[in-house]
Amino acid sequence: MATKRVVIDPITRIEGHLRVEVVIDENNVIKDAYSSATLWRGIEVILKGRDPRDAGFMTQRICGVCTYSHYKAGITAVENALGIKPPLNALLTRTLLDFALFFHDHIVHFYQLHALDWVDILSALQADPKKASEEAFKYVPKGYNPIATGEDELREVQKRVANFAKKGDLGPFKNAYFGHKTMRFTPEQNLIALSHYLKTLEMQRIAAQMMAIFGGKNPHPQSLTVGGVTCIMDLQDPARLAEYLTKFKELADYTNRAYYADIVMAAAAYGNEPSVVQKNNLGNYLTYRTMQTSANGWLFDACGYIKDFDLGKFYEIDESKIEEDVTHSWYKDTGFRHPYNGETIPDYTGYVDGESVDGEGNLVKAKVANPKGKYSWIKSPRYDKEPMEVGPLACMVVNYAKGNEKVRKVVDEFLAQTGLPAEALFTTLGRTAARMLQTKTIADYGLEAFNNLVENLKVDQSTVAPYVIDKNKEYKGRFIGDVPRGMLSHWCRIKDGVIENWQAVVPSTWNAGPADGNGKKGAYEVNLIGMKLADPAKPLEVIRNIHSYDPCIACAVHVMDVKGKKLGEFKVDPLYGAC
Amino acid sequence: MLDVQKVKQRIAELRKLPGIAPKSISEILEENGFTRRDFLKWSGALAVTLGLPASFAPVVAEAAEVSDRLPVVWLHLAECTGCSESLLRTDAPTIDDLIFNYINLQYHDTIMAAAGWQAEENYEDALEKFKGRYVLCVEGGVPTKDGGEYLTIGPHAETGLHKLKRTAKDAAAIIAVGTCSSFGGIQAAAPNPTGAKGIHKVLNKQVINVPGCPPSAKNIVGTIVYVILFGQLPAVDNFNRPKFAYGLRIHDLCERRGHFDAGEFVEEFGSEEAMNGFCLYKKGCKGPYTFNNCSRERFNQHTSWPVQAGHGCIGCSEPDFWDSMAPYEEPLANHKFSSVSADATADKVGITILTVAGVAIAAHAAISAIKNPKE
Repeated sequence: MATKRVVIDPITRIEGHLRVEVVIDENNVIKDAYSSATLWRGIEVILKGRDPRDAGFMTQRICGVCTYSHYKAGITAVENALGIKPPLNALLTRTLLDFALFFHDHIVHFYQLHALDWVDILSALQADPKKASEEAFKYVPKGYNPIATGEDELREVQKRVANFAKKGDLGPFKNAYFGHKTMRFTPEQNLIALSHYLKTLEMQRIAAQMMAIFGGKNPHPQSLTVGGVTCIMDLQDPARLAEYLTKFKELADYTNRAYYADIVMAAAAYGNEPSVVQKNNLGNYLTYRTMQTSANGWLFDACGYIKDFDLGKFYEIDESKIEEDVTHSWYKDTGFRHPYNGETIPDYTGYVDGESVDGEGNLVKAKVANPKGKYSWIKSPRYDKEPMEVGPLACMVVNYAKGNEKVRKVVDEFLAQTGLPAEALFTTLGRTAARMLQTKTIADYGLEAFNNLVENLKVDQSTVAPYVIDKNKEYKGRFIGDVPRGMLSHWCRIKDGVIENWQAVVPSTWNAGPADGNGKKGAYEVNLIGMKLADPAKPLEVIRNIHSYDPCIACAVHVMDVKGKKLGEFKVDPLYGAC
Repeated sequence: MLDVQKVKQRIAELRKLPGIAPKSISEILEENGFTRRDFLKWSGALAVTLGLPASFAPVVAEAAEVSDRLPVVWLHLAECTGCSESLLRTDAPTIDDLIFNYINLQYHDTIMAAAGWQAEENYEDALEKFKGRYVLCVEGGVPTKDGGEYLTIGPHAETGLHKLKRTAKDAAAIIAVGTCSSFGGIQAAAPNPTGAKGIHKVLNKQVINVPGCPPSAKNIVGTIVYVILFGQLPAVDNFNRPKFAYGLRIHDLCERRGHFDAGEFVEEFGSEEAMNGFCLYKKGCKGPYTFNNCSRERFNQHTSWPVQAGHGCIGCSEPDFWDSMAPYEEPLANHKFSSVSADATADKVGITILTVAGVAIAAHAAISAIKNPKE
């Protein structure tokens, strides 16, 4: 059987540097796939020997998109190691920052990064604005009206784009996949989504401001400290609290009137596009509780997983079963290792000479991954030796399986409105929908955390817990929790008052990692298999599927503990005595 | 010093070049509810930001009008995309934002529609078509160790180092956006495992640095407008930072400066002093050593900035700040320079200067503490 390789590098509209390669047969059906990260930065090795109080600021710079996730994780891991319990005010304030982050990250992902896989901008020029305006009412949840889809507004949007297109140089939209066979929106639907694309540019600024109120700035907020939060003045100011509340409501409103509606619209239009509703091949989903709303409550409270797409059985997590393997990663083989005991020795072997279908459909020379060898800077995390998908989809389905009532209500209503079976969640469409459903859960129920904070502030002023770092003691601790791209964990050891070791197992590592030593593939790779491409020169189906995970590759390429100067001459660290 | 005629001449030249924007900027502004007068007001404000005489305001406006003639290629190297995200946050419905959108953005991998071979084609086309005319904005440090193999881009696995050099060759101007491309950033912190550097270290052309982690959008847009105005880079300090943005210390315009002068300091986060907004110097604020306009401009449409949120400045727009400013929650004067970081910091002179300044400021803090004993 004659197969061909299609190399896609760079995958754009993501954070970071990612390459995906697919192997197709003569019918353009994907037989195999390789996911490869092409950048390594080495932040964990830089953390070694530093003041534990500094760790959060440095881990934060792992990523400027989920800009708060690694900050909170870095600070919390140290708190966990030192046995610090931050005051409730601090914990709830951190949740408020999380809300801002999730609102921001998810709407920007769908509209600015993912939408161009679904929306054909040029087709929107053919739309009848009046018809489109009426159609928009079909997709909103009960009790809501659509937003930014009045006939007048849509006419304006059309005019702007028409003028833009007339010039012949589309700037950032140049060479897009306009007219691709798998684009299923009608001109009217395209116009509705396009209007929201523009509107989201405005809304995301509000979400960023929302974070800055208690975070100081966004990206890269700066109000967390080991033990609590520093924004005590803002928390004491009723005007600041009101400012937050107003912005929360604006974002919640937008989520229902635009984001929710557009996903319902996508479900209607793309319901019979095979590449979008092809069932995932990987049936394992893993999540960890996130967004604390009270002393003992969490908005998403499940800590565990489901297997084989089975929504009927929820399994609790056992942290000791988290391991990473590097058989196909550019590190010397060490077998499966728990993050506390991880060992990593770089072994860059690069790509090999090969051929790829190019943008014209011709076979040309290219550098390609060697699937028998190593081909990515990302490691392969496994749970109990099994690959797991993490992300909003995992968060929603696992919480659903566990019986989280809020999640159940949001998911069931969506399935009822779209007429989709629960099965449909386990697809590209479902993954994109789950991100919205997670946002809607925050929109509908998140204020509980805000109200509890306001109540608690009346009786309790504390924002920071005191602590000491004993230089004669050794500590270890971790953070685990879901962030916008899924389950994140940071694992640290502290010795002599400084960081002895740091490991981060991030969501995009779980999803984007290469095959492991047992030949089991991660979510990106395995879920592409079986998908048929309409045109290998323009592999939009692959790009859409990969975008549905919301890749964050700067996050995923981090882990390495090295000493020495020259590649190939790294020494194994004599890591980790008993602790 | 500044020749208005020369600037006008340059704008006239730019006008002759083909633009890509669908409408003139005046039309776009009008559609968004801005009048010509608003626009001139903005131009005036920007002229002031840029340190130009008020008479330059109309020229700034003219420059903005031809800004779409200025093709921009935005290259991502070893980075976290925080700088691009920062740009997304500019005011709404904003003039700054419109100016940014109005620029002829030829390549930016976070927002462009095309991927893979199509993206590569856009890149090569832009380099060819706008040879010698494009502005290159770089986000991220450049890994240099082992030939730069820690970053490859594209189907031919070209190293970031190679791509940067090739792209810089025919650029009209090069702007390093953020601390990583300016000075190497987080990945260049000791022991710098990938040999990451600021891009000026590997290019033999002038690079203007717009540092910050991330920098404010105003500083970036201001720099680009300056390039259009003068066809050259703005006046810079020792570290090639535009003086209009990085001319003053955070400390100079800090809202808590009064407390510093009065010797009122926060000793512990979460304390009554913290609630009263006292100076954060003793909790490690690096405002006295950091040149940037955060205390004046703040972030997210003036919503806040770290000092307002009760945390000290970490010095993120200074070279090697990850090493030289650590620990971030302790005063610099306490820094013993014995850590792994100091050993690897090349700029010993910089540290000496910082130490001298630190000692003076610490002395003040100590003396004030004696003068104002706490209850």
